[in-house]
Amino acid sequence: MDILHALIVLANFIIVPAIAYGSQLALGALGITLVVGVLRFSNFAHGETMAFGTMIVILITWWFTAMGLSIYPLPTALLALPFGVIGCIALVLFTDKFVYKFYRKAKATPVVLVMASLGVTFMMNGLIRFIIGPGDQRFADGARFIIKARDFKTLTGLKEGLAIKVTQCITLVTAIIVVAALFWFLNKTRTGKSMRAYSDNEDLALLSGINPERVVTITWIIVAILATVAGTLYGLDKTFKPFTYFQLLLPMFAAAVVGGLGNPVGAIVGGFVIAFSEISFTYAYKKVFTYLLPTEWAPTSLVQLLSTDYKFAVSFSILVLVLLFRPTGLFKGQST
Amino acid sequence: MTGGYGSGADILHNCTVAVGKGEIAVIVGPNGAGKSTAMKAIFGMLTVRSGMVNIDGEDITNLSPQDRVAKGMAFVPQTQNIFTSLSVEENLEMGAFLRTDDISETMSQVFDLFPILKEKRRQAAGELSGGQRQQVAVGRALMTQPKVLMLDEPTAGVSPIVMDELFDRIIDVAKTGISILMVEQNARQALEIADKGYVLVQGENRFTDTGSNLLADPEVRKSFLGG
Repeated sequence: MDILHALIVLANFIIVPAIAYGSQLALGALGITLVVGVLRFSNFAHGETMAFGTMIVILITWWFTAMGLSIYPLPTALLALPFGVIGCIALVLFTDKFVYKFYRKAKATPVVLVMASLGVTFMMNGLIRFIIGPGDQRFADGARFIIKARDFKTLTGLKEGLAIKVTQCITLVTAIIVVAALFWFLNKTRTGKSMRAYSDNEDLALLSGINPERVVTITWIIVAILATVAGTLYGLDKTFKPFTYFQLLLPMFAAAVVGGLGNPVGAIVGGFVIAFSEISFTYAYKKVFTYLLPTEWAPTSLVQLLSTDYKFAVSFSILVLVLLFRPTGLFKGQST
Repeated sequence: MTGGYGSGADILHNCTVAVGKGEIAVIVGPNGAGKSTAMKAIFGMLTVRSGMVNIDGEDITNLSPQDRVAKGMAFVPQTQNIFTSLSVEENLEMGAFLRTDDISETMSQVFDLFPILKEKRRQAAGELSGGQRQQVAVGRALMTQPKVLMLDEPTAGVSPIVMDELFDRIIDVAKTGISILMVEQNARQALEIADKGYVLVQGENRFTDTGSNLLADPEVRKSFLGG
């Protein structure tokens, strides 16, 4: 029995990565949930929006590095982030003006808007591959680790190491700042309250003199900020590959639905639920059990519930279960 | 006014409704008489094909509902008339969204009128009882400091005790100089507090008189008030 070592193994392979991944999913799911709440459709182009913002960040990062600009030990991408945000805002406002606005004026049903967003997905998809290519891009520079597994071992004298990457720490801190700012905006400012009012009761918002087009514009701006931040953090933590961002759509939607569509708190909780389930269902627990069980009971197999290739199956199953048994999500949201 | 929804058939036929400053006007009539439609026509939510809507002598027939709010009209719909997920205080703030001046005075007036709202100001409006919700709805409409307050069946779905209280509050609002135009199912009680009553049948004015005269009119009593 060696509970301490087992815990460190769990922390190293499940808790720390899941917190980072959960924060990224939460930021992505927040963007999706805001579009559902205010514009009333599921935005399939959200993954591509993230990829587009991240792409701009990468291009600017390369430019900065070429000029010798650096904020070591932090990655240069953080410096480029505001430019990515601006680029992404420009893109979503452009698509809103030329695609979604038309359907909004025509009072199209949500499913028509969803299909339109699918079209937008393919357009953005092509645009991104045209500019930066379909391949893998690494753009994380700066220091790699806050604490390396080996340093942790020598520091504590334990047999197991706990590694914490700089990017994981940046992810958590940035996510907390962005979420705090978002909630302050939604709950304390007049514009934020008018957004909630519009999401709650569109007709009454009109009777109160709230301008819907302004609410929509502000929503897109916030969505672009969230998407670029989420995409950049994900890319820093792993790598940037356009197709991976498209695949992220499933866990992000699952997160938004688990929490309750249209509910920002739900999106955050959902992000962590999905991240922890995906990672803990696909982790091989052999080492943990070896520490916990008496030597003669130690498992010979990997004790892995699902291969990591099946991680999307985990989010998909959760999505289906939630839709079957609690369509409004954990926190009261809309059921679409 | 003559008009209907979109390009459909006319529902109102030469219907006339008016209310003076600080007065209460009530529109009553059987189901499907066009009571709510008349309200919506006044508020610009349907096509008026002939006739006009005036406020303070100004023609506002072609204005959008939002612009009419700016001109001093406030409308409390029959259903979904509050922001359920917002707190009571935020509901009132949203009512005053168009105003750029200090709204704290108007808000304290609303709280004086509906003391229960002050007590529950931080609570989500969706958690309140039916009567309290209606108070929030009326309070929200009052935040624009309107000249005319239009209520579509304010007592629908509330208990008789709450109904009496709501009518008292409505009289209080009228005393502050705001004109009130309302549609009511509870015709008898509504006509008792009304300065003017309109009995609408099939989109036309059938009887128009003071509230008490209509109550006394044997024909109105027999046809619309159940004897």
